[in-house]
Amino acid sequence: MVLTDILFYVFAAILLASAVTVISAKNAVHSVLFLILAFFNAAGIFVMLGAEYVAMLLVIVYVGAVAVLFLFVVMMLDIAAVKRVDLRKKHLLAGGIVGSALLAELVLVFYSWHSAETARDNVLFPATPEAFGTPKALGNILYTNYLYPFQVSGLILLVAMIGAITLTLRLRSGIRRQKAHTQVTRTQEESMEIKNVETGKGITL
Amino acid sequence: MMLTVGLPHILVLSAILFTIGVFGLFLNRKNIIVMLMAVELILLAVNINFVAFSAFLGDSNGQIFTLFILSVAAAESAIGLSILVTFFRNFGSIEVETGSEMKG
Repeated sequence: MVLTDILFYVFAAILLASAVTVISAKNAVHSVLFLILAFFNAAGIFVMLGAEYVAMLLVIVYVGAVAVLFLFVVMMLDIAAVKRVDLRKKHLLAGGIVGSALLAELVLVFYSWHSAETARDNVLFPATPEAFGTPKALGNILYTNYLYPFQVSGLILLVAMIGAITLTLRLRSGIRRQKAHTQVTRTQEESMEIKNVETGKGITL
Repeated sequence: MMLTVGLPHILVLSAILFTIGVFGLFLNRKNIIVMLMAVELILLAVNINFVAFSAFLGDSNGQIFTLFILSVAAAESAIGLSILVTFFRNFGSIEVETGSEMKG
């Protein structure tokens, strides 16, 4: 057994252990931190598979953006009272039945499964071992063959951004806001008045 | 590729991870944040599958799909978390059972 194989099993073991901790931790902050650990270990497995770019993307996008977003929400909501994992028998039983059935099916499929003889003939974008997983190889495909799906995924992110902002935006009353249009378009007539003040008399406004 | 372990090892890993995610959906009915994290685990399992097949077939296609899954998952968690924030503002809790106002 090569060293990298041992490393694979170490990564896989930590990945599964941290995944179990994610779903069973009492504190949601711990869940997020173990989710980050799980993503790091998955990135390690990706690197060993040769997919360096996807591994780095996983670390940057997931750990850098999504996990931090989770952390923000967990801390913002202040849910100290609701952190207990619900271990009611009903849920455990349903989850256990569905989960173990699913796992048994998947594992059975994988052990009776064998790759088709012609699978390697149908490879769409063959990559040499040196070029495999590099940003250049991926970019060549992504910006040519997958140009439209790439644009659509950008649109999806735009829609998600707009949706997230409109969902969480709260207009509070009693706050003096900048109203750029009103401020810029006001005229001299409605904002200024010239009065002739006679000496010694003053005026009433 | 540095690994000499077979493809089934990685597939079983992703199957177990997927199952843990599904189990987590059932287990954490009191906490929607952890349910969202379980969905992230499921998507991670799918990504591991894609990358494993991509590596063992020498096809870059699987990694492209992983990129798309990553971007959609990021959009999904952003929307999910903002729905969660609105839910918490309206109900004062993040239990799934609380949001049952439309029940018949």
